[in-house]
Order: sequence, then structure tokens, then C-alpha cells
Amino acid sequence: MITEWITLLESPNFRWVMIGSLLLGFSSGVIGCFVYLRKQSLISDGMAHATLPGVAFMYILFQNKSLPVLLIGATVTSLLATSFIQMIIKQTKLKTDAAIGVILSVFFGFGILLLSYIQQNMSGNQAGIDSFIFGQAASIVKNDVYTIGVVSLLVLLLTVIFFREFYYTTFDFTFSKGIGIPVKWVNGLLFSLLVAVIVIGIQMVGVVLIVALLITPSLAARYWTDSLGKMTVISGTFGAISGLIGTISSSVIQNLPTGPMIVLTASVLFFISLLFGSKRGMVVRRLAR
Amino acid sequence: MLALSVHNLSVQYQQQKVLENIHFQVPKGSITGIIGPNGAGKSTLMKAILGLVPITKGKVDVLEQPFTQQKDLIGYVPQRSEVDWDFPINALDVVLMGRYKHFKRFRPISKQEKDLAMTFLKEIGMEKYATRQISQLSGGQQQRIFLARALAQNTPIYFMDEPFAGVDAATEKMMIQLMKQWKNDGKTVIIVHHDLQTVQEYFDHVLLLNKKTIGCGKTSDVFHPQNIERTYGGSLTFPPSIAGSSL
Repeated sequence: MITEWITLLESPNFRWVMIGSLLLGFSSGVIGCFVYLRKQSLISDGMAHATLPGVAFMYILFQNKSLPVLLIGATVTSLLATSFIQMIIKQTKLKTDAAIGVILSVFFGFGILLLSYIQQNMSGNQAGIDSFIFGQAASIVKNDVYTIGVVSLLVLLLTVIFFREFYYTTFDFTFSKGIGIPVKWVNGLLFSLLVAVIVIGIQMVGVVLIVALLITPSLAARYWTDSLGKMTVISGTFGAISGLIGTISSSVIQNLPTGPMIVLTASVLFFISLLFGSKRGMVVRRLAR
Repeated sequence: MLALSVHNLSVQYQQQKVLENIHFQVPKGSITGIIGPNGAGKSTLMKAILGLVPITKGKVDVLEQPFTQQKDLIGYVPQRSEVDWDFPINALDVVLMGRYKHFKRFRPISKQEKDLAMTFLKEIGMEKYATRQISQLSGGQQQRIFLARALAQNTPIYFMDEPFAGVDAATEKMMIQLMKQWKNDGKTVIIVHHDLQTVQEYFDHVLLLNKKTIGCGKTSDVFHPQNIERTYGGSLTFPPSIAGSSL
């Protein structure tokens, strides 16, 4: 066990993967705060599931596992699914949750179909494509970490620059429009950042569980603070810790997918916060009574 | 001078006509009530004027200039139900939203701005609650925070959507007192209102609305039983104060 740890930490590739998981966890924790407060958790889950057919399709088309190529496919099908969901809500009397349920399963099912096609009919190095379902940090190479790292840093930078606009439009959309915030642009930007985080996260965490890395850290952070600024930092930290522990544990133990380990770590942090959070934790509330 | 003048404004949701050829004017320095039954399109009218919902046709002038050039002149107080009151934000930070235009990017909000926001909280008697989370305020206190935020915007015209909904009598009295003070300062206040009993007491002008303009003008000229019956479709018994007047 210990020798495994040492060889792991000595491997330069693994150090890169750790940095990648740290940055990914932090940026998704930050963006997750806005997603949660805007009550868009469910739609972001639909968007994540809908990336799978895009990834598989690009692989079939180019027979290439280069991450940027696959991620373009992921972005396209994710956006396609979002517009289908919005179209259903607008054109029919179906409620949002029903529309998301339908589209999520159709896209995900289609993605699985393409994956089995790949496994049965395509020769060559196809290992790692099915790791997009539950995530596999071990399949990540240095170049992938560059992509993940650059996009994460960009997401964080833009969030810092437009923090006030994100904050105000999330709290009170109509008033924000009234005071001259270009709300359509702000919404579009925040949505793009969400898509970006989902897309770079699917390889490590998997399409099924990436939503948990977005939402769980922000839920946990809410128990510790009443200020949105602090909430984003705490949530980002929780996300980074989850990413790191998930990556390490799944790399030490053979055949353990990364996504579930990340999500389990985030959930443990959530339960600790639920109980002991300094602002809204159950213990504090009990004592206050 | 006219604070607001609306010509032939229509709004349509899918195939349904929500507002048809709305035509009315509001003089500067007045408190005007928009009165009508549920579903009459009162909130929609306010949002259409502000460009928050698309209009199919019509023209809006603010202080006798086309609205597109005058957007900054209207402060909007949305219905209380439109925001999430469990949001992590305190009273002072809500008021500070009204000062957005004066903030500099990459810099924390200046002490000067914070002090100014504090004076608006004082004006509505809420200075003790500055650091209180909005989730821990009563309905009336939340509405007062919205008023302070509108004060912080410092616009010549205010639109308020049901500001008295869920507010206790004492707070309502205090709020209307404050609005009358604004009026004396030359500001114009336009309010979507529900309670027919208080119309004569609160508003010097009214717009009676039910998908179309039923009547618009001075309260004493327009707010009489015939018009009210046309607005509400005759299903209403009048409080004695109105039934007795002007017939």
C-alpha cells in the first residue's frame, strides 16, 4: 500500500492529474453556487447527461481520443439538449422537470448506444471512451490537464470580473435589468461557464455524477456562511478537496472509478456541514433555541 | 408636464391578448394607482412599459421623451414574491444594489456608498436591521428594504407592483406617508394596487384597467361606481364610502 502511494506521488503524470482535479473541483464548486441559487440543478444534470452522445459521436467520426475534439462534440449535444428542453417547455404544457426527464434519458440512451457500437465494431485503441460514464482520472494525460486547467482558470477569472453581475441577476433578475445590467449577456456568460465546467469535468467525474460536484459543495457551503462571496470560496474549496481525494483514492485502488469517489467525498463534507455548519448547521440551530 | 404617457400599447402571449390598445397619461408629481381585477394585466402593463415583456405595438414616453432614451429614470419595485428571500444577502447589501451604477469594477464598494445606503435604511426606520439576513425579516420589513433600494436608485419616477401585499397596517401607513413625501419632492409614483377601500385616500390619479383602459384621470373624476363596475364586471359590492360619492 505505502509503496503504491510513493510510486504514485513520484509519477509526474499523477501530479498533473492532481492539479487538474484541484482546479476542476474549485471552479465547479464556484459555478455550482450560482446554479444552485438559480434553482438550475436539474437542468445542469440534463446538460451533463447529454454530453455523452457528443463524445461518442466525435470518437466514431475522428477515431481519435484527443480531448478538445471530444469536448466539442460534448458541447454541441449538451447545447442541443438544452434548446430541446426549452422548446418543449415553450411549445407544450409540460413542466420543466418532465421536459428535462425526457430529454436527459433520450440523449443518455443514445450515448450508450453509440458506446456499444464503438466497443463492438471499432478496432484500435478504444480503451477509456467508456470511462466518460463514471469518470476515470487514470485515463487523463498531461495534455488533457492543460485543457482542464486553462478552462478552469478562465472560468474563475470571468467569475471574479463579473461577480457583482452574477450576484445581482441571480438574486433579482428584473431589478437587475432595471439598473442597467445587460442581463441577457450576463445570463449567456454564466450559462457558458456552466457548460464549460460540465464539459471539462466529464472525463474525470463522468457524465452521470458531474452534477454532484457542481451542487453538493455549494449546498455544504451554505451551512457555513450568509455571504455569497464567502460561499463561493468555501464551495470552491470543498469542490477542490473532493476532486483531490477522489482522484487519489481511485488511483491507489485498482479499477475504482473516480466519479463516485469524488461524489462520496463531497457528500461526507455535506453531512459534516449539515450537522456542524457555523451558520445553519443543525447543532448551531439546536443551541440557538 | 407628463411623467409617463402610453399610446396604444398591446401585449400578446402566444395567441392570447393580454393588453389591448392601452392609452393613458400620468402627470409629474402624482401618486397614481393602477386598479383592476386579477388577470386584468396590471403587472404585465408595468413590465411592458419597462421593456421587461415584449409588446406587439405601442409607444411609451417618459418625461416627454421616448422611453428608450429614458430607461434610467424609472425605479422599479417588483412584487415581493419575485425574489428568493432565502438568498444569502443582508438588508444593507440589497439596498446597495440600487447604487450599482456608481460602483467601480475590481474595487470593493466604497464606505461613502455604504454610508449613503445606511441613510436610506434610516429613512425607512430599518437601520437596526442593516446586517440582518433578509430571510430573517418580516414581510413588511422586506417590503421596506425594497423601498430603500428604490430610494437608493434615486430616480424621478417609481413603479411599484403591489407594494402593500402582505404588509401590516402600520407599515402600510408609513410607506404611503413616505411616498407622499416623495411626491412633494416632485417625484412620480405609480402603484399596482388591490384594495379598493384605500384608493381615494392614497391616489390622486387612477388608471382603471381590465385588458383595456376603462378610465384614467383624477381619482375624483374617474373612480366612481359605474367605472368600477365596468372594470370588475359588476360582481362587486361597493364599500359605502365609494357608493355614496359622486353619483
